[in-house]
Amino acid sequence: MSDNKENKKKPATHSSKGTTGKKNWPLWEIFVRSKNGLEHRHFGSLHAADADMALENARDVYTRRNEGVSIWVVESKNITASNPEHNGEMFEPASDKVYRHPTFYDLPDDVKHM
Amino acid sequence: MSSKQKDSSFSENMIKYIYGIADNSLILGQRLGELTGHGPTLEVDIAMTNISLDLFGQVRSYFQYAAQISDKDVTEDDLAFLRTEREYLNVLLVEQPNKDFAYSIGRQFLFDHFHFILMTELQNSKDETLVAIAKKTIKEVSYHKRFSSDWVKRLGDGTEKSHQKMQTAIDDLWKYTDELFHTTEADEKMIEAGVGVDVKKLKEQYYKNVSEVLEEATLQVPDLKYFQKGGKNGIHSEHMGFILTEMQYMQRTFPGMKW
Repeated sequence: MSDNKENKKKPATHSSKGTTGKKNWPLWEIFVRSKNGLEHRHFGSLHAADADMALENARDVYTRRNEGVSIWVVESKNITASNPEHNGEMFEPASDKVYRHPTFYDLPDDVKHM
Repeated sequence: MSSKQKDSSFSENMIKYIYGIADNSLILGQRLGELTGHGPTLEVDIAMTNISLDLFGQVRSYFQYAAQISDKDVTEDDLAFLRTEREYLNVLLVEQPNKDFAYSIGRQFLFDHFHFILMTELQNSKDETLVAIAKKTIKEVSYHKRFSSDWVKRLGDGTEKSHQKMQTAIDDLWKYTDELFHTTEADEKMIEAGVGVDVKKLKEQYYKNVSEVLEEATLQVPDLKYFQKGGKNGIHSEHMGFILTEMQYMQRTFPGMKW
């Protein structure tokens, strides 16, 4: 029995390679596309042992009421975030230059999601 | 007169046939509902109670239909909440308790694979309402089956401890699987009428499907000669009374209450 077990690929019941220690499953960020034509949006995060389980959990936690047509899952550790302390140098230079924004055009009413 | 008698016995058998399917979903839904707030993780807790809600949704469709067929003045709630123990025709498998997570998963797994092939076949029924319910249900059950099979594989092929717990659950619950393929008198009448599914013919496929998953999960397929039965004829295990006591409490205490 145990020989048999070793030959097979093991689906993890605990987190692999010490992301958050043995007892906790790693955290996953969930992106859901609400309908065709729209982009995936961040819906929240949840715990799962691997990507397959993350997809199933996302289905149950976020899309049970018909909220989506597509789900992406990304393990949170793979996301590189900007440091809030650097917000000044990262973002502020943009805010005093109105000409960086295309605000001087009249958008036709039919153009949505712009 | 004779045709009317025939009709009334037909509708009685039909209602019993519907109970035979719907009561499985009802009692299993109640069992899963007990896990609300007690799942091993938040995500799995939500998943299992979602399955419970799916099952209750199916039950409503069945009981609305049964209430409509019945010549008595009854509602779906009466059928769900006000029958006596012997009048519930669910299989023994679904009333087995949530002993641990492996048991809840094992019970779900052994039922889902049956439920899936039953709903696949019920789509060929001559009864349009049952066909419509089966068509809606099959998508839900297909997901349930994936969920429980995945967990059987994860636990079976996981750690030594999870493997052992999953094997114990399968070994203990296996004796309730044979009953899934028994037919009652009412079932036979409905099979003759082209309305009911002849579950006897689904047995081989079921054990094949279930065994495949168990093997992938590195679990032993139990080899049993003796099986438990009774639920389909209203003879239940000792757990059933407790389930009904809790489930029927509100309707018994406040008769006719509505939300």
